[in-house]
Amino acid sequence: MSAPGFTNLNSSISYGQNPATPHRNGPAQTYQPMHPPTGCYGAPPQQQSYPTIPAHPAPVPSKAPITNSAHSANYYRSNHHQQQQQQHLSQHHVAPSPYSASPSSAPPSQTYATLPSSAPPPSNAHYSQQPLQQQHHPPYAPPGSYYGPQSYHAPPAQQSQQQPSLVPAPAVGPGAPVYPIVSYPSAPGSSQFGTLSSSQSAAAHGVMPTQMGAPLHQYGTTRPASTAAVQPGYGVAPPSHLAPTVNGQGGTGHQHYDQSQPASLSYDSYGDADHPPSGTPSASVHSSPGHHQGMQYGYAANSGASSASAATSGPAAAPSSSSSEDDDDDDDEEDEEAGGDTSSSSTGSASPVPNSYDNLEGGSYPDSMPPSNHMTNQAAPYGNYGYPGMPPAYHQGPAAVTDSSPSHDPYGQSSYQQYSQPFPNMSQLSAALGGLSGVPELEVAALRPVNLLQERDLLPHRPLEAPEPNLSPDLKKVNCCPQSFRCTLTSIPQTQALLTKARLPLGLLLHPFRDLQQLPVITSNTIVRCRSCRTYINPFVTFLDQRRWKCNLCYRVNDVPDEFMYNPVTRSYGEPHKRPEVQNATVEFIASSDYMLRPPQPAAYLFVLDVSHNAVEAGYLKYFCESLMDNLDKLPGDTRTRVGFLTFDNTIHFYNLQEGLSQPQMLVVSDIDDIFIPSHDSLMVNLKESKELVKDLLTSLPGMFSESKETHSALGPALQAAFKLMTPTGGRVTVFQTQLPTIGAGSLQSREDPNQRSSTKGVQHLGPATDFYKKLALDCSGQQIGVDLFLLSSQYTDLASLSCISKYSAGSIFYYPSFHCTQNPTQLEKFQKDLERYLTRKIGFEAVMRIRCTKGLSIHTFHGNFFVRSTDLLSLANVNPDSAFAVQMSIDDSLADSSLACFQAALLYTSSKGKRRIRVHTLCLPVVNQLSDVYAGADVQAITCLLADMAIDRSITSSLSDARDALTNAVVDLMSAYKNNVCNLQQSGLVVAASMRLFPVYILSLLKQKALRTGTSTRLDERVFAMCEFKTQPLQQLMRMVHPDLYRLDDMSDQGALHLNDTVVPQPHLLHLSADRVTRDGAFLLDCGNVFYLWIGKSCDHLFIQDVLGFPDYASIPATMTHIPELETLLSERVRAFLDWLQDKRAFSSTLTVMKDNSSAKASFFQYLVEDRSEGPFSYNEFLQHIQQQMS
Amino acid sequence: LLLLLYTNAYGLYHMIIAFDELKTDYKNPIDQCNTLNPTVEKVKKIKRVKIAIKLVLPEYLIHFFFCVMFFCAAEWLTLSLNLPLLAYHVWRYMSRPVMSGPGLYDPTTIMNADILAFCQKEGWCKLAFYLLSFFYYLYGMIYVLVSS
Repeated sequence: MSAPGFTNLNSSISYGQNPATPHRNGPAQTYQPMHPPTGCYGAPPQQQSYPTIPAHPAPVPSKAPITNSAHSANYYRSNHHQQQQQQHLSQHHVAPSPYSASPSSAPPSQTYATLPSSAPPPSNAHYSQQPLQQQHHPPYAPPGSYYGPQSYHAPPAQQSQQQPSLVPAPAVGPGAPVYPIVSYPSAPGSSQFGTLSSSQSAAAHGVMPTQMGAPLHQYGTTRPASTAAVQPGYGVAPPSHLAPTVNGQGGTGHQHYDQSQPASLSYDSYGDADHPPSGTPSASVHSSPGHHQGMQYGYAANSGASSASAATSGPAAAPSSSSSEDDDDDDDEEDEEAGGDTSSSSTGSASPVPNSYDNLEGGSYPDSMPPSNHMTNQAAPYGNYGYPGMPPAYHQGPAAVTDSSPSHDPYGQSSYQQYSQPFPNMSQLSAALGGLSGVPELEVAALRPVNLLQERDLLPHRPLEAPEPNLSPDLKKVNCCPQSFRCTLTSIPQTQALLTKARLPLGLLLHPFRDLQQLPVITSNTIVRCRSCRTYINPFVTFLDQRRWKCNLCYRVNDVPDEFMYNPVTRSYGEPHKRPEVQNATVEFIASSDYMLRPPQPAAYLFVLDVSHNAVEAGYLKYFCESLMDNLDKLPGDTRTRVGFLTFDNTIHFYNLQEGLSQPQMLVVSDIDDIFIPSHDSLMVNLKESKELVKDLLTSLPGMFSESKETHSALGPALQAAFKLMTPTGGRVTVFQTQLPTIGAGSLQSREDPNQRSSTKGVQHLGPATDFYKKLALDCSGQQIGVDLFLLSSQYTDLASLSCISKYSAGSIFYYPSFHCTQNPTQLEKFQKDLERYLTRKIGFEAVMRIRCTKGLSIHTFHGNFFVRSTDLLSLANVNPDSAFAVQMSIDDSLADSSLACFQAALLYTSSKGKRRIRVHTLCLPVVNQLSDVYAGADVQAITCLLADMAIDRSITSSLSDARDALTNAVVDLMSAYKNNVCNLQQSGLVVAASMRLFPVYILSLLKQKALRTGTSTRLDERVFAMCEFKTQPLQQLMRMVHPDLYRLDDMSDQGALHLNDTVVPQPHLLHLSADRVTRDGAFLLDCGNVFYLWIGKSCDHLFIQDVLGFPDYASIPATMTHIPELETLLSERVRAFLDWLQDKRAFSSTLTVMKDNSSAKASFFQYLVEDRSEGPFSYNEFLQHIQQQMS
Repeated sequence: LLLLLYTNAYGLYHMIIAFDELKTDYKNPIDQCNTLNPTVEKVKKIKRVKIAIKLVLPEYLIHFFFCVMFFCAAEWLTLSLNLPLLAYHVWRYMSRPVMSGPGLYDPTTIMNADILAFCQKEGWCKLAFYLLSFFYYLYGMIYVLVSS
């Protein structure tokens, strides 16, 4: 037994460690570096501590540890190379992860020492086992990173082995209760401490810091006392066994701590990131003991622990990491020495640990503790489901249970609890997880099967948030904001086969140039990048040691340049892992001249205005000039900013605004077949120098053409002229067009047949009629000219052709159907608001964006407005903060050798101030090999948006009905795949993972969108515009358009309200988009993204009408009302606060329309209630039945 | 006639080699582009597409010419072998993207992975077909020479 047990220990350790490592940048990477050191280490102690030792090295590589790792490695090597390399190696494998968890190298070394001393027999066992472990480990180690893969890989046997080993240790150890705890940490010295302290402290104090909490929770949930709890959990494994190993480790750990404490303290500041890892190891350890029965258990525990513990446990690890090289060496030595005194050391160590905890927790994780208790139940299930590492058996078990009771609880918590009880280990683990963070709960909930035919209330109360990837807390914390960078699957499937099986699209949704509240800007002579794949250094790289880092995309080992060793934030030297580049997933570099093809050009804006009779009729010119006049000083740019104007009807008019002229000169070019520029240097003028002339022009422009009778429009030649005018500098061309271009190059014919608007057969002419605009756009793109199109027309203008000019030059498109300055005040208001935002928003010129991803993944297709210059490079003549991109990905090679997949989008642009800048976003996601995990991590909103993009492509290249069928099939496929592969219960009805429960609603909404609907009268231009919007709108905005948010406003309470500054923002619940939710006695707000509808029911409360709208009763509300008066009543303030709050979250302001029941606008309101059978063919129920039919 | 056929086959052979080089070339420059500067790269890319345009049309024309020659020489077997490809060419050209000039490839969509993969596959298949038919023509010519 003992021998097996030992082996088990090793294995167990490895597990724990693995989780820990993952937290760091690249677990796998860290791992390898670690090994050599560990080998050295192991030699000296001989039997001992292998497990612990390995752990330490691993952590080091990952981050801060760099220094540590180096030290340890050197140290070890010098000391002992020969003897027990094998053993060490095995140990290393195991150990690395724990260590990695704890950044500090020093602790690990100590742990090693202690281990040997404490349990000589174990050591023997280890030896024997070690070979095994080594074998196993390599697989683990490489993946290194996270819990999941490693745990999976590990043969079941290993787990069992691990467990036994742990068990023996406790027996030897001093206190049974304490020991168990210790045993967990055993692998990583630091982690042990944490656990120990936690257990003790838990008993004594009751309240523990977060880290403490994690371990405690696991146990605690089941049993308050740490020891007691452990035993039950471990129950499977022989309890007695635990003591020895634990003691040894614990002892080592303690010593380490004592010595290293100073170091740890210093780390604290650093530390959240480091700390988490340490916590994980401990957690993992715990789990392993429990696992005797099956690997699965252990795995679950590990995963849970790692995730949960990361936050709290961090402190212990931190100390170790913090220690300097010298410290490390010392620690190592001491540890070795101490090895003999396992028992004594363990007790002593406890005190130091708490301190570290306090420090850590105090600042960073105050909240984690409380939740843990509540969440234990939920957490337990989570452990089972959520982690990739989970054995299949496990998954099935829990899943089955849930399946049986799918409909019970919306969140299925109750069912989960029941199940969890049979498996104490699980529950404990989960509890720990819960304590750390709320995520596990979410994950569990995400996998709960939902029978769509039975459950009706699917919408959450608040708008859906992006699911959080199943990463360790420290990685999570630095991960890229989901608003900038989002993946459809937050758990990346390991192989293309798995992806195909899941029937979900894999893709990214990017909003790279989003307006950010805070953005670290880095000025540095050398921008550190991978030498082979050119990836920018990011938080997910691994530092092998002080001088080298390993790229997380291509795994190349790179040198750390000298300059990078200096940290400008803390003004300290030798801490490359604390540089802002490595602490933030979104950073911006000021680029050097290496990143320029030519000196940064000044911001240049050219306005191309349609002044034909049609335009004059529409009357936009006056409002444009007013708006530009108001915002002239707010145009992004510096003193070099250049502006120009160009108007056209059947001729082209240029304006000479050269400084010194008394008034603007108009130059008319009537030869539209061969456009030439009449004057080269005076048409684009410096805004600052010629401001008076520009203002003159803007004042006189609306009057100059008021008598125009010219009905032709020479848009093509005007664009050619604009292209010639802008060629030297590049910049932005803004085109205002009000009718179909009729003469000159690029003239178009009307292709729309009004009788076909509501045809169900398919829609023609979704593609361009000519490639003139496309070719011109490519030319523009080559000269760094972006063309933005404002289309204000009441008739068909062939947007399908015109939009090409913006599509391929990375412009944006605005469309105002039926625009008229007096007859359509709503459109006018929208136009004015959009224009203001448009003129003042940030802009980047001469931009390119490259998207890199982990080896094995490749980019399949891009969606958005740009020109694709290479398989991973987008050329963006202009980049604006309101446009987003989508990318379809495919998996070329198996990702089995890594547990993390990373994506990096780097946007290189010239700011309006003439600075060359690079904005880098990095997203890190776990790789999983279980289908259920893929579903648990599915991001239904992102999937919907990506499918929408794909459907748009399909409808243009193939046909609209094809695209609609494809969308329906996507739902059918998903349902079938889920039913056949994940939930094994033969269950009638439509069952889908809870994470995807809104998928059918969203797809149904998509099918009813203007872009994709059939059977409802839709103008071709509006349809094409909706398609363009789908391609370019950021996800949040798009989702509001696809599936508007419906709130009831008349019974809002302050419950759950947000308090921002001095205002109270109520948070009404989301309602389903169904007419039966809209009652006559209520007032409802429908948030459609770019427009709010306030629906006033017929018998709406008079109080609401009086307080909010300012009218005595329903009858006196005017038919058209677009503003809410500022009344001094509480209700009015609440409503306005809520509207403002909604408004603040979007770039373009939305207009508000008050609608009365029975008003003519009713139809336009009810068309948004997508769950009803308004005009489309399906209601939600019918759609579900249709799906069900298709499945059978 | 046979001599003509021979020269034509030879010319076609070279043309196809070039064509295939272009095809296979598609990916390499793109993969290697990280080191190239963006503008150069882009120019290269567009030029590549233009080359494709220049190469594709002659290829189609030569192939069409061959078919006519086979028809004149009453080489029914050979003609029947070539007809499917001819039909494919016609279909391919009819369904090309909207374009004002002659050409087959749209620079804005060519980078789509599906289209790129398809174009490459198409290039390889046609190369194989042309190679086989080249040897078949050669064999036919020698056979005629010897037997006469």
